[in-house]
Amino acid sequence: MIVPRHYKEMPQRYKLQGNRCKACGKVFLPPRLVCPCGSQDLEDYNLSWRGKILTFTIIRTPPVQFKYQKPYAVAVVELDGGGTIQCQVTDTPLEEVEIGKEVEIVFRKIFSEGEAGIHCYGYKCRVV
Amino acid sequence: MAVGIIGYGAYVPRYRIKAEEIAAQWGDDPEVIKRGLLLYEKTVPNQDEDTVTIAYQAAKYALVRAGIDPKEIGAIYIGSESHPYAVKPSGTIVAEALGMTPEIHIADYEFACKAGAEAMFVCYSHVKSGNMKYAMAIGADTSQGAPADALEYSAAAGGSAFIFGSDEEKIIAEVLYTYSFTTDTPDFWRREHQMYPQHGGRFTGEPAYFKHVVSAGRNIMEMAGLTAKDIQWAVFHMPNGKFPLRAGQKLGFKKEQIEPGWVVPWQGNTYSGASPNGLTATLDSAAKPGDLILMVSFGSGAGSDSFIFRVTERINEVRDMVPKLWDLIHGRKFYLTYGQYAKFRGKIHLNPDV
Amino acid sequence: MRDVAVIGIGITKFGELWWQNLRELYVEAALKAIKDAGVDHLDSMYVGCMTSGLFCAQEHLASLMADYLGQRHIPAYRIESACASGGLAFRLGYIEVASGMSDIVLVGGVEKMLTGADATFALASAADQEYEAFHGNTFPGLYAMIARAHMAKYGTTREQMAAVAVKNHDNGSKNPNAQFPMKISKETVLNATPVADPLGLFDCSPVSDGAAAVILCPVDMAKKYTDTIIKVIGSGAATSTIALHQRDDITFLDAVHAAGKKAYEMAGLKPEDIDFAEVHDCFTIAEICCIEALGFCEVGQGGPFSEAGNTALDGKIPINTSGGLKSKGHPVGATGVAQIVELVEQLRGTAGERQVKNAKRGLAQNMGGSGGSSVVHILEVQ
Ligand SMILES: [Zn+2]
Repeated sequence: MIVPRHYKEMPQRYKLQGNRCKACGKVFLPPRLVCPCGSQDLEDYNLSWRGKILTFTIIRTPPVQFKYQKPYAVAVVELDGGGTIQCQVTDTPLEEVEIGKEVEIVFRKIFSEGEAGIHCYGYKCRVV
Repeated sequence: MAVGIIGYGAYVPRYRIKAEEIAAQWGDDPEVIKRGLLLYEKTVPNQDEDTVTIAYQAAKYALVRAGIDPKEIGAIYIGSESHPYAVKPSGTIVAEALGMTPEIHIADYEFACKAGAEAMFVCYSHVKSGNMKYAMAIGADTSQGAPADALEYSAAAGGSAFIFGSDEEKIIAEVLYTYSFTTDTPDFWRREHQMYPQHGGRFTGEPAYFKHVVSAGRNIMEMAGLTAKDIQWAVFHMPNGKFPLRAGQKLGFKKEQIEPGWVVPWQGNTYSGASPNGLTATLDSAAKPGDLILMVSFGSGAGSDSFIFRVTERINEVRDMVPKLWDLIHGRKFYLTYGQYAKFRGKIHLNPDV
Repeated sequence: MRDVAVIGIGITKFGELWWQNLRELYVEAALKAIKDAGVDHLDSMYVGCMTSGLFCAQEHLASLMADYLGQRHIPAYRIESACASGGLAFRLGYIEVASGMSDIVLVGGVEKMLTGADATFALASAADQEYEAFHGNTFPGLYAMIARAHMAKYGTTREQMAAVAVKNHDNGSKNPNAQFPMKISKETVLNATPVADPLGLFDCSPVSDGAAAVILCPVDMAKKYTDTIIKVIGSGAATSTIALHQRDDITFLDAVHAAGKKAYEMAGLKPEDIDFAEVHDCFTIAEICCIEALGFCEVGQGGPFSEAGNTALDGKIPINTSGGLKSKGHPVGATGVAQIVELVEQLRGTAGERQVKNAKRGLAQNMGGSGGSSVVHILEVQ
């Protein structure tokens, strides 16, 4: 049962609700209480829904809850306006996933918990 | 007080399956399907898509066109026959993700293919009554037709969202008239715990679809004192390509008046999102300021909600703000084999995890 | 701080050990180490293990192991830092002896991975669960993303990565405890089943069962047990963000660099003073990044440096003489301790066919997750 854990992360998964360090400008998802620069002065910041791929892989041996989705691409995405996230690349032929490609963030079902558990929604990206 | 649509958006997935592919699987003649039902291909949801994600994307586009604060929306109603949960609302997920919670009224609707239009009906009524400033209605589905059933050629995925409001300068399509025509007609149903719907074959035609659609269309036009010549565009529920054309013909509409919203041959029947997608496709393409649009939904069981809209100048400002439905339908798409489609739609009996 | 020596080592065979459970593996390695050292008691014990909870549904490991080792009532600690658990356990055992708190300390590492549990899922718990694993990424996936970025930034090739696997299997073929002691060709690596592009099956270390253990005591006391004093002359540990996407440079293992720097400083040595090293080659690209972060080659040059043979048994700096995680096997909690075992074998001159000539100083580098933690030790034979 992953409900309480997923529930807690919903603002981040649904809305990219993170924060930004007022001292050094770094953007974080999930939000941090302390910036690696040492500052504790951070402000709420919603990350952008556009960005580009910094690096990626194609998962061919997935964990059990993703086994019927294989193969799928996972990327590190640098978002316009700051912050980096890791997410799947959806709706895109695998051969089109490349470093530097522009992506848009989309709201998708990440996985369902077994046959009878909840559907976990969150962000993915797709090449524009 | 004028009340109308102040924001709208549509979404269909990128995946498709062709009529030929389904026909080859079951030994049908694809030409019979294509000629007889006017169905060429249909949308298929990606494995990570469902009614909630489709509703979300359509709603997001509608919010862009409306240019309003999501918190101002007083209600969100999602009509669908494929809500991802049997118990647990779809609307809460979409509202939460779009920042509309917590001061919002939410309900999921179900009335076969009419659920989206009935959500529109209620949203319109809320605003008209002064009950709320804005209300969002969504019709979205990821419908399933049983393997080898004729429905398998049509049951598709997609949907549209509409925000109703009364700000004169924001109205894109003013609602002039509404009308509902409903009887108890068991032409199509799905019992609890069944994966696929059953239908009455030819019984779904005259006593169900045509009786309700034509009555709802005729009666609203009479109420408005209008004929098919006075109305520029017409949208009828699209279970296949043929039915809406014939319904239009019975009401005196020419094919050209229906074509801007006649998405079904390339999109399939998006059920609760079928007539809503017809309306967005019409707004996205042919509708000009001053034009009247007749929309008649149909839900098996059975009933039709009909609307007459008048398009405003605002359409020209908002049309290009987000992707248009026809562009999504004819844009980037990936064709699936029947096997891939069966996997995507959960039609394969899998070994349970231990 | 007292000087500390390693006076005993023990290791099990690594591999699919269906007839040994978690406690039996640990006790086998621990008893071998106790016998090798010749000690008659333990003052305390550290157990490195990543996730016996997910693999075996067993926590409270330190007490279980102490009991089954016949050491009821000694203090025992279970240390977890993902795949760096063993290395970190060694560091803590070292600190306890150095501090004067205890004299005879056993440090063991163990992992029982072939239990029917989903290893991909269990290992992914070393990543950021909510922001990496949630999205379906895996450990091969994370290192594949490092590899892809390294290839894009420095021009590293799949052939260069393959050279790491070929070399480690060469070394592993000389190690009787190795899980996959067969030599392989570059073509085998390049044509292997893809796991997480660009990494294939032969770029990845295997899923393994196994355990390793060592005994530590003050150098002053070591003479009582052995004539070959192997002293811990450097110890460094460091952390970094465990989420790969939050690292400033995805291609650079900053925790490895930081841990290495501390160990070198403590030992008063530079990378060129090291005769051989065991580094954390959980994936071929990991070895390339580790030797860069440890200063054995220029940053970005790990690929060509490896391909040119510099890291071979007879190369400039022999790396993973044991066969590394790749060929020897990678029972995660045991790995960091097994690296120390290999260092001791080499420094004692008992490494047999894979013996490095004139091995005086060896370095062991153990790493957790995708580089979120790392531990480096330098050992020297007196
Ligand atoms: Zn900062």
